Amino acid sequence: MNNFPALIVVCPLCAALLNLVLNRINEKLGKAVIVLSVAASLIMSVFVLAQVITTGTIHYHMGNYDMPLGIEFVIDTVNGLIVVLVSLIGFLTLLFSDNFGYKFKTRLTKGAANTVLTLLIVGLLGMTLTGDVFNLYVFLEITSLSAYCLIALGGERGIFSAFRYLLVGTVAATFYLLGVAILYGVTGTLNMADMADILNEGGKDQAMLLAICFLVPAFGIKMALFPFHGWQPSAYSYSEAGAAPLITGVMGKIPAYAMFRYLYCIYGTDFKYFNSILVIVGVFSVFGMLYGSIRAIAQTDIRKILAYSSVAQIGYISLGFAIGTPIALCGAFLHMLGHAFMKGGLFFCTGAIRHKFGTVNIEDFGRIYKKMPLTCGTLTIAALSMVGIPPTVGFFSKWYLGSAAAMQGEWIYLAVLVISSLLNAIYFFRLIEKVFINEDKSLKERVYDEFKTCGWKLVLPVVVCFIAILGLGLANVKIIDILMLSLKGVGLC
Amino acid sequence: MLGLFSLSMRPVLAVAVSLIAAGLIYVLGERIHADGREGITITAAVLKIILVYSMIPAVLAGTEIKIELFRIVKGISLAFNVDAAGMVFACIASTLWLLTSLYSIGYMRGHGEKNQTGYFAAFAMCLSATMGICFAANLITFFIFFEILTVATYPLVVHYRDEEGKASGHKYLAYTLISGQIFFAGIVVIYATCGTLDFVPGGFVTADKLPMQWALLVFFMMVGAGIVKAGVMPLHSWLPAAMVAPTPVSALLHAVAVVKAGAFCTLRVVLYVFGPEMAKACHGAEILAWMAVITIFVSSFIAIRKDNLKARLAFSTIGQLSYIVLGICILTPAAAAGALYHIVAHAFMKITLFMAAGAIFVTTHKKNISDMVGIGRRMPITMAAFTLASVGIAGFPFFAGFASKANIIFGAMAANKPLFAATLVCSGLLAAVYLLPVSIIAFKKQPAEVHVDGQLVVNRDFAKYGEASKLMLIPLVITCVISILLGIVPNLGLHLYDFAVMAGNAIFGIL
Amino acid sequence: MINAFLAQDGIYLLTVILLGLGLAGIIVCNNYMKKLICMNIMQVAVIFFFLCLGQKNGGTIPVAMDTIIHAADYINPLPHGLMLTAIVVSLGTTGVGLALLTRIWERFGTLEEDEIIQVKGEDEV
Repeated sequence: MNNFPALIVVCPLCAALLNLVLNRINEKLGKAVIVLSVAASLIMSVFVLAQVITTGTIHYHMGNYDMPLGIEFVIDTVNGLIVVLVSLIGFLTLLFSDNFGYKFKTRLTKGAANTVLTLLIVGLLGMTLTGDVFNLYVFLEITSLSAYCLIALGGERGIFSAFRYLLVGTVAATFYLLGVAILYGVTGTLNMADMADILNEGGKDQAMLLAICFLVPAFGIKMALFPFHGWQPSAYSYSEAGAAPLITGVMGKIPAYAMFRYLYCIYGTDFKYFNSILVIVGVFSVFGMLYGSIRAIAQTDIRKILAYSSVAQIGYISLGFAIGTPIALCGAFLHMLGHAFMKGGLFFCTGAIRHKFGTVNIEDFGRIYKKMPLTCGTLTIAALSMVGIPPTVGFFSKWYLGSAAAMQGEWIYLAVLVISSLLNAIYFFRLIEKVFINEDKSLKERVYDEFKTCGWKLVLPVVVCFIAILGLGLANVKIIDILMLSLKGVGLC
Repeated sequence: MLGLFSLSMRPVLAVAVSLIAAGLIYVLGERIHADGREGITITAAVLKIILVYSMIPAVLAGTEIKIELFRIVKGISLAFNVDAAGMVFACIASTLWLLTSLYSIGYMRGHGEKNQTGYFAAFAMCLSATMGICFAANLITFFIFFEILTVATYPLVVHYRDEEGKASGHKYLAYTLISGQIFFAGIVVIYATCGTLDFVPGGFVTADKLPMQWALLVFFMMVGAGIVKAGVMPLHSWLPAAMVAPTPVSALLHAVAVVKAGAFCTLRVVLYVFGPEMAKACHGAEILAWMAVITIFVSSFIAIRKDNLKARLAFSTIGQLSYIVLGICILTPAAAAGALYHIVAHAFMKITLFMAAGAIFVTTHKKNISDMVGIGRRMPITMAAFTLASVGIAGFPFFAGFASKANIIFGAMAANKPLFAATLVCSGLLAAVYLLPVSIIAFKKQPAEVHVDGQLVVNRDFAKYGEASKLMLIPLVITCVISILLGIVPNLGLHLYDFAVMAGNAIFGIL
Repeated sequence: MINAFLAQDGIYLLTVILLGLGLAGIIVCNNYMKKLICMNIMQVAVIFFFLCLGQKNGGTIPVAMDTIIHAADYINPLPHGLMLTAIVVSLGTTGVGLALLTRIWERFGTLEEDEIIQVKGEDEV
């Protein structure tokens, strides 16, 4: 019980490496170990979350070193929830990716793909849990490297996108490291809490400003915040189909959470230039929300539509950070959770359609609902949630963001929120129209000779996302209450 | 502990019953026989009627039926509150759901329509949302059901799935979603400034919370959603476009759910959020009233020129709905009561007209009025009902339209606004001008009378047709009879007139 | 004089210039191989920066010796430890980058960006 925070990360990490060996013996065995390990993480993370809710923030010291010398995992209710999210979507993606095994030529690549996908989960979990700025860098790089590989596995275009992402992503990591170096230079510590204490003593505003100038672009690139999103649309679109839900649904959110940590937990509202930084983040978000939606309207490949829509949706999250009241932060995190299921769900659906009919062009989707009613149900509900139609989770996160903006008197943010949802409506209702109304293209089902389809592994993720989108919507107050436990005193009050 | 069937659970059940029906129809629809599917609709409709009617005595006695289900967003519950105004709308919607459902079955089968499962599921969903709109106790609950209604109506509008349907679907979505999102922003502003969203008869927005220069903007941001759905000009153009849908859908849009939900939204925003004083002080009510007046005239003139029967009825709806908006904006108790009662009166009359138009279309495949010469001879009951309803729309005494209109006129006189009163009188005449010719044409004798199979036929085209099928005929006769009965005894049965008056008095603080 | 300059903040200036060169190279170069090299230069710049932070006058390398017992006589070992990790990461990244470049070379027969875009079509960018 006490070691759960560490085990959440260590379990899948060991399984991922073990898989390389087991895969040589038996392909299924390796996969089973991975799936079980992530399932174990999921269960442990739920336990840890329950514990955090009842007893308060957990500080886990790796190897029992005294703080601030050792590496610390800090779990409050916010990242407790995010860890559950990551392991859940990771678990579903692992199951889902089984259906795309036919694309790999050899058993070795297939096994390696599973390992890399698990490492991505490990990296994301670690980034969320850690309370140490350099440890965050390590997990960031684990995440990035596995993401490069998974994107490169998506075929010829994937390789090209992966390389571009690699260049940009490394620039981001380097910037991050530079930011850390500057902060380390003035504080002499790497522990986030310790660093926050030292910075709060004051007098280091210049160095802090310099560091944040590197940190915001670094996280901006990693989360694909406008205008740092250039790598994202093609990388999201051409990533390996089996891993796409995790990459698109979760990968961009964790750097956003890290940015929140820096802004609110390390820097804090006492920082002299805090409001200016928030305004800059706000401007990025506003333009991102508009730009992403407008570009998405022009696409016909569903994956590209969804990728550009992510640029807009990440804007919602960073908009919450920019407004900066506890309610806005709650809205941002609710959107983070909700959007993971919406975008993940949409990619699960797209993947299922692609798996069955081999197309990703929305022009081919005519009346596909007759063949895949469940998938199209989730597609619809996720799309409605993106637009922000009640009672889906998308509406409620928008409500919190909107009301926080109104209470702060940020009318522009409120207006952009409305405009952006209307732009979303244009392309998502176009998608719904294609799925339900357009002429049937009578697509041929793909037949897999050597490969048997695992029906339930396609269905389960789709169903879970469906339930989560509605469930998070109706139970949003519960989530907000949990988030509030940690966010109460944070931000501008 | 609340029993499942206790009084305060009933609004929840009324919403749930058609929600469950919608789910069942969607899931089972293709798997069970069509009769079974329609059985679900009818059962749900009957249950809903029972649930809604059973609340009448309590509301009439002045008991407020309140229930807070759970927190829907931080600080605000998903709450229902059955008041007199909501009761009026709920009674109408639930009653007409049963009748339209019966009629729909006849229409859809008679016409051999496709996609019936989706149709009935979306229909039930619309009704569920409408119930939620009736009973919502605060703006958030209201907005949730309002948006569900918007989305659930979309599949009905694009029912035929052709290019024309898609184009009107786009138009519909553009109007309703944009206004809906602006409504959302308005609600957010109200919440940020006033800190509450609970409907209060007479309004809760005060000048010290919402500065007057902003009040007008917020007023129109919120009322916009209502008047788009109610088809007030210049925001009406989705409504005639939506005429491409099957006739029962038009009946639903025009008489039962959608446009009425718009009118009801206007009522809630003007009288329960802003309140008469605030609405007057920010000049919102006055501007809106003049918009309604213009709409009444313009729509009547357009209606005269339309040859397509459904299009003529659509413009008639636009005009009639503006009566309600005008009644609300006059801001007197009598006018408010009249406006509410007009929801009832117009519903029964307009649904009769649409059902008659649909019956003609299914039986003879005629859409245009000019083709209907002599049709009354072959379909006497249908056309008689049509004629009676037309007279009612024109506002003749002893028809349902009279009671509501008279009240609005009294209200206008009490508020010292004779121009509004004159508008209503004129528009009654205009309604007679555009609706009665239809009956005249239908019953016209042509010089060349012919006999086919020994029967007297006026127009050769109609030789092979008889009266519409029973499933369509019975509902339309019922609605026609009700609209006459309500004209003679406005309070008949459901005490709807009392409810309207009660609501009017509550808003203006008269006990 | 150079020594004095470097002992002041000059060393940081140099690393910043190195960083800038790397960044500019990534943006300007047309050849993917060169971009990758520039990426490496950039990483090295940050590693330098970190190591400079740990440096101090009169300190010796942080390996425990019997003759020196005061912690103050050693330079800060932490940046070195961190940079060891950073170097490994940079190695990994370069490895993945090179592997990707091999595949791009196999497929397109070139590493010049404009040529690849010509082959591939414009929609990617």
